[in-house]
Amino acid sequence: MSDGKVEVVRAGALTTVQDLGRFGHAALGVPRSGALDQPAHRLANRLVGNPADAATLETTLTGVAVRATRPVTVAVTGAPAPVHVDGRPAAWGSPVHLPAGAVLGVGAATFGLRCYLAFSGGIALSPVLGSRSTDLLSGLGPAPLKDGDILPLGEPAGAGAPRHHLTLFDGPPRELVLPVLLGPRDDWFTAAAVRTLAAGRFSVSPHSNRIALRLDGPALERAVDGELPSEGMVLGAVQVPPDGRPVLFLADSPTTGGYPVIGVVPEARLSAAAQAPPGLPVRFTPLRNRRPAGRAVSP
Amino acid sequence: MRLLPVGQDSLLIDLDGPGEAQAWHAELLRRRDTGTLTPVREIVPGEKTVLLYGVHDLPGIRAELLRWSAPAPAADSDDLVKIPVRYDGADLAVVAELWGMSEDDVVRVHSGAEYRVAFSGFAPGFAYLTGQGEPYVVPRRAQPRTSVPAGSVALAGTYTGIYPRSSPGGWQLIGRTSVTLWDLERQPAALLVPGTRVRFVPLSEEAAA
Repeated sequence: MSDGKVEVVRAGALTTVQDLGRFGHAALGVPRSGALDQPAHRLANRLVGNPADAATLETTLTGVAVRATRPVTVAVTGAPAPVHVDGRPAAWGSPVHLPAGAVLGVGAATFGLRCYLAFSGGIALSPVLGSRSTDLLSGLGPAPLKDGDILPLGEPAGAGAPRHHLTLFDGPPRELVLPVLLGPRDDWFTAAAVRTLAAGRFSVSPHSNRIALRLDGPALERAVDGELPSEGMVLGAVQVPPDGRPVLFLADSPTTGGYPVIGVVPEARLSAAAQAPPGLPVRFTPLRNRRPAGRAVSP
Repeated sequence: MRLLPVGQDSLLIDLDGPGEAQAWHAELLRRRDTGTLTPVREIVPGEKTVLLYGVHDLPGIRAELLRWSAPAPAADSDDLVKIPVRYDGADLAVVAELWGMSEDDVVRVHSGAEYRVAFSGFAPGFAYLTGQGEPYVVPRRAQPRTSVPAGSVALAGTYTGIYPRSSPGGWQLIGRTSVTLWDLERQPAALLVPGTRVRFVPLSEEAAA
């Protein structure tokens, strides 16, 4: 089967190319990037017989419409959304055959924010620093899609769609619960701030994006004034800027930062954060991290 | 040295100062290159810290860090990059006023020091250069510019930085260079990687040499 192309019929609010991310360049200031909802990205690839690191399309809220120049197996995962082939309903969360020239439409998310659309063979744009991901913070990788863009497809791996599969989804969450492993800079905050983090009523701010989930809610009080010397940041870091409102770092977040990180949300929970719409209540459950310092370790 | 927990699989080495942080960063890179460091996905230096991000064996590396030491790198041990600069930045007069000297003296002070890349951030290839002493502190601009041209040489705190591409920015601009800081065709893409020594050469001087 010859390689084909995908034409973007309707780009949607924000549709980007994503894979597992850009690793190994954080010391040069290059963010991780990659699919915000990694399990959904991996599932979409599995459903069309791709390896997990094949590039998919990540949509935001309003979906996308595309046409392929060759027959291709596609799958839509992540936020539940109506799927159509040339106007006829097709399955969400399943492999779908898209004939050459037919239009695949992914509608507005029923709930959640981001859908993942995989094509057998994957989006085959040239990788930049080992990844095809669009990084909205630093501008690396392909630009967000525009109507009329043409994207190359890769050669299908030959694995084919799995014969048995069952894509489940929970109903829309009533709140986003985020465990937070305290540290590295929880000692920059008062004991009351940690209680506020645990008991405060937070909600997802409409200013959230691929860089960070911003939160509305009570301010976390600092015990240490002054500036923190810039230090390395990780995905899931809960950074607290001077206004005291915590910010949860997502895939396109900067690699270093100068505001203290009270704790870190495990990466496995970031996919839920990636699907949390503005206004959704957020509850943090702070947990003491193992304190490595002061622990006697025999050689 | 304090070892601070970062999430499930990472560790922040908190050190007393930039010199110690640079020494530990160099030591950890050396150990990675010689295969004596447990696999770590990213080693990210900060001003006074080194982040070990995605560590294969966290208890093991904790024990080893407490045993290891990091010799200070010799003054002339790393590559020296010379950056030609035309010192005509929009904030040169502001910096001269702050330091209580003429613009020519600002150029002499700035180009007279040797710098070292302490860490990167803000944008790919944006290096935070240390080497300027305490008296030469510069605050960030109260109103950041919406667009700073690529190649702008700028100051904030005691740091010098060079904008790798046009972007918003709040640092005080003292000059510009035509050197390409970030080039995806280059390996590594960043001209200034942590540990690199840097000197700024006033462009008129360069032309005369």
